[in-house]
Amino acid sequence: MLAVNFLLLGAVLFCIGVYGVIARRNAVLVLMSIELILNAVNLNLIAFALIKGTVDGQVFALYVVAIAAAEVGVGLAMVLMIYRNRRSIALDELSEMKG
Amino acid sequence: MIAQAASDSINVAQNVGFGIIAALMIFAALSVVTTRNVVHAALWLVLVLAGVAAQYILAAAEFVAASQVLVYIGAVMVLFLFGIMLTRAQIGHEKGLNNPTWALGIPVAIVLLGLLAWVIIDAFEDDVLPDRGPTPTVALSDQFLSIYLIPFLALSFVLLAAAIGAIVLARKDR
Repeated sequence: MLAVNFLLLGAVLFCIGVYGVIARRNAVLVLMSIELILNAVNLNLIAFALIKGTVDGQVFALYVVAIAAAEVGVGLAMVLMIYRNRRSIALDELSEMKG
Repeated sequence: MIAQAASDSINVAQNVGFGIIAALMIFAALSVVTTRNVVHAALWLVLVLAGVAAQYILAAAEFVAASQVLVYIGAVMVLFLFGIMLTRAQIGHEKGLNNPTWALGIPVAIVLLGLLAWVIIDAFEDDVLPDRGPTPTVALSDQFLSIYLIPFLALSFVLLAAAIGAIVLARKDR
């Protein structure tokens, strides 16, 4: 298997995630796009671990998985609170902190 | 091309499996960011995450694949579905999921993809992933409990803080 295949798959997933973050207005969908980005990075880390022949990349990937779980928990709690206060989770309506 | 592939002893079955899973994953990921139904987006995301786990197994990272299935498909997706349930009145097609300027994302993503692809192909032209066999979980745990011990402990504190923070943010009686 070529290393390029793996890394290109990661790049494609990353770009799809970036598009989702830019295009989506619903906060839950933006969080899903962030998950896509994190998984793309994890694919790259696993591929690098395989290329180098060490397990350090896999250790990093496990850290990313754990941090992603924490991020989703806090993110969804925040989305829930925003929804409770405003009855909407459209991100472009959250402009109180605009300078 | 074929002669070169044969000389590098590329595993054909592995490549075919990779291609099929990769195509499925890309289609599912595109569906996540384009579908007009939030629940469908979550279900397509399950397919992407399962595909990532399958790719980990192809890349000889069994333990990471198992964690991926447990953490993402088991826990994160349930959180997402609860988030969708609690923040939405109706199930079905929905208007206003995209920004008015959503089309700006397409050139950004394409330019970024072009840049990344150029760098990757330039750096790893014909490198073949070595066939290493499954990673022993003992090797992973040795790393976690020796040189990565401090980050590991820090990570447990991060998870604890995130759990407490999520509870404090989401509870009603304040």
